[in-house]
Amino acid sequence: MLKIEHLTKVYDNGTVALKDVSFEVPDGEFLAVIGLSGSGKSTLLRCINRLIEPTEGRILWNGVDIASLSQEELRPVRRRIGMVFQHFNLVHRSKVLTNVLQGSLGYVNPVRSVFNRFPQEAIDKAFAQLERVGLEEKATSRADALSGGQQQRVGVARALMQDPEMILADEPVASLDPVLAHSIMQYLEQINQEDEVTVLCSLHFLDLVHRYADRAIALNDGVLVFEGPPQEIDDDKFREIYGKEAERVG
Amino acid sequence: MSGERRSLWRILRVPLLVVLAVVVYSYTFQEADVNLDEIRSETRQTQLVRVLRALARPEVLTYERIETPTDAALALPCGPALPAAEYGPDERQIAVEPSCAEPGAEITVTGTNFSPNARGQIYQVPSSGEIELRLEEFIADENGDFVVVVDTRERPEDVPQTIRVITREPIGSVFSPEYVEVETDDLDEDGNAIVATVRSPRISEAAYNTWDRITETVMMAFLATSVGVLVAVPFSFLAARNIMREVTTTVLRLSLQILVLPVGMVAGIIAARWMQDVSLLLTDSVGLVVGGLIVIPVAIFFAIRRAFPPIDEGLVPRGERAIRVSLAGVAAVASILVLFLLADLLTDLGAWAAPSLARLAFIANFVETLGDILAAIITVITALITTGVAIQLAGRLAAVLRQSLPGGVRKAIAVPLAGLAGGVLAAILAQGVAWLYQLNDPVTTIWIPGAVGAVIGLALAIRSLRKDDIGVGLSLYYVSRTIFNALRSIEPLIMVIVFAVWVGLGPFAGSLALATHTIAALAKLYSEQVESILPGPVEAVKASGATRLQTIAYAVLPQVIPPYISFTLYRWDINVRMSTIIGFGGGGGIGFLLQQNIRLLNYQAASVNMLAIAIVVASMDYLSARIRERIV
Repeated sequence: MLKIEHLTKVYDNGTVALKDVSFEVPDGEFLAVIGLSGSGKSTLLRCINRLIEPTEGRILWNGVDIASLSQEELRPVRRRIGMVFQHFNLVHRSKVLTNVLQGSLGYVNPVRSVFNRFPQEAIDKAFAQLERVGLEEKATSRADALSGGQQQRVGVARALMQDPEMILADEPVASLDPVLAHSIMQYLEQINQEDEVTVLCSLHFLDLVHRYADRAIALNDGVLVFEGPPQEIDDDKFREIYGKEAERVG
Repeated sequence: MSGERRSLWRILRVPLLVVLAVVVYSYTFQEADVNLDEIRSETRQTQLVRVLRALARPEVLTYERIETPTDAALALPCGPALPAAEYGPDERQIAVEPSCAEPGAEITVTGTNFSPNARGQIYQVPSSGEIELRLEEFIADENGDFVVVVDTRERPEDVPQTIRVITREPIGSVFSPEYVEVETDDLDEDGNAIVATVRSPRISEAAYNTWDRITETVMMAFLATSVGVLVAVPFSFLAARNIMREVTTTVLRLSLQILVLPVGMVAGIIAARWMQDVSLLLTDSVGLVVGGLIVIPVAIFFAIRRAFPPIDEGLVPRGERAIRVSLAGVAAVASILVLFLLADLLTDLGAWAAPSLARLAFIANFVETLGDILAAIITVITALITTGVAIQLAGRLAAVLRQSLPGGVRKAIAVPLAGLAGGVLAAILAQGVAWLYQLNDPVTTIWIPGAVGAVIGLALAIRSLRKDDIGVGLSLYYVSRTIFNALRSIEPLIMVIVFAVWVGLGPFAGSLALATHTIAALAKLYSEQVESILPGPVEAVKASGATRLQTIAYAVLPQVIPPYISFTLYRWDINVRMSTIIGFGGGGGIGFLLQQNIRLLNYQAASVNMLAIAIVVASMDYLSARIRERIV
């Protein structure tokens, strides 16, 4: 169970990205986070694993307040939270396998892994994850030799490598064409349903939200303006979320 | 009103700027001593022409030469009429006009029947016949004739003197060399000069010297670049803003860490001394050293495997943790012993092997020096590592205190600790100043700086209590940046003067000066590459729970390796160029030879040096460009 309480983020330059946001995510849920660009979706997801330091509020996950942890205490928490990024964030010059193995860095011994020594179990597991996303024969290619859709599948494999209890997906399909978008979303759906991993996924397209999400929350200018099943987003709600002039597409 | 003023300014702007430029350049000309009279002066021009012509004929080959003199008589001053010289019909001959003159006066020397384009010198030989005074050079035309006007020397004599023209025809040519017998400077048992057969032309002495020195030069550049890279790579992360910005700490943690700093250092020095004593017990016998070098590393390997299990399980029971920590400690101490043994073995091996290796003795010398260097830096490395460990432990202690103490108590402890830490730090820094200025009074070297430091520490602590994070990383960033910028602004040519005082004139001083400059320059270039990496991968690796070191190893390093290689090659290029002149400051290499040749007015040898520099620099330039293309 993830419980966000009164989360506020003010950047150093004074920008208020999140204003007193509170919501809950039961274990195993697929939650979509929607809103305009700049509405605070990315900030919200990054506050949950403290890539961005929240200014105020609590982030309770399995009873532990993530917001109050020290850097050392954060490591065991972060390794159970996978993350998938809009721009994939792979290390271009590294092999695909190395990129997937990065997902095990929270588990392996820090001293050994610095010298590029991974236990055999980790390597076997990395191959298994690549197989799951259908890229086992690309293991030794350089990451930048892959197409966009393939790169995002490596990103998913890297998140899976962490044995995550929760996956934060920040616009995972915004850089992909609609066909690839569905294939990536299906991987996330499969992980959500088969492995019972909680998924928080920010999305732009409402049809994807309707198709994949159990529930949705919407942010507008850092404020939580909607929380409920995707079916409840009617035209009025839509305008409230996206602004008065917005028109629905797709 | 303001519009009017602006248009006035617009009209006056150009004339004002012109006036300003005139003033600035006038002053510049005065300061730079721009003076065309010097350029026009005839003596300067002849000098320049002579130097340029010598430079244009690099003395790469030495020719044995056949000297052929041709004489004519001359009376200085005028006396009884001289007998005319007698020449055969096709024999080369010279005529002096007039046949007598006042000492120092001009005479005209005309030569005929010389070989076409022959070169030679004209001398005045006083009646004693023991010395030849050089007057002028000549070059004959295609018919073998020449006319030269020369000034005689002011050496009046009652008897006639001789005007002698000597040609020195080279023997052999590059494609058809000849062998000549020459008298050497060495004498045989009977006191006669030993005659040797030499080849003409042959590679000149200057060329051999140039080869020796240019190799030295390239090696200097290579050494300086390697050392520079080794040191600059770790420091480049300290000087990278994006890495250091995230290194923050709390008042309590920072104070504790500063306080353990001297403790860690002293512990390291003691541990190293102790292990050196232990190693001395073994070094009497080579068998024990070699045995120790085999057994101990194996033991260390297993201890490390036990102490650092491949999977980080999170919390481990206290007993297990104690075992791991002590195993790691024993392994660390044993590693120091291994290093001392290794240093001893290398030194002995080098000294033992050097005499039997003949021309490869330099490898043995290298091994010996390597052992020496290792022995010298073990203590430093140990002290650095124990300091690092102590800082880590202090960090852990701070984390424990943070969990177990309420905020108020924590702050109440943090403030006096910060004062203490400030005092200790200032007292340590003051020791350096005291040593430099030879102050021996404990009040000025310990208590006053300590008190000032304590006050600063207290003030800083109280000021930053409200914030949770102190940007200690950014402070380190600024400090390292400042040091690198200061080092970089001193040219190696100046630095070499200091190093020459320390290690003596020669290539070692040059290498050290170049290395120091390389460290500073590369650390800056590297750190800018670290600052310009893509932040995405860093974010991804951090999100997986990686530690800071893991993040650098997996997200930062792969991104900066290509630019690092590129900058290293670029620097290697610069170092080759710099090493060619570092000899001017006493740093050895080709520059030393070049300077010597210029001072001795030996321009033809200097020309060989310059040629070598040009070839090496150009080929390095080409080579590094090719490698860069290939790798990056």
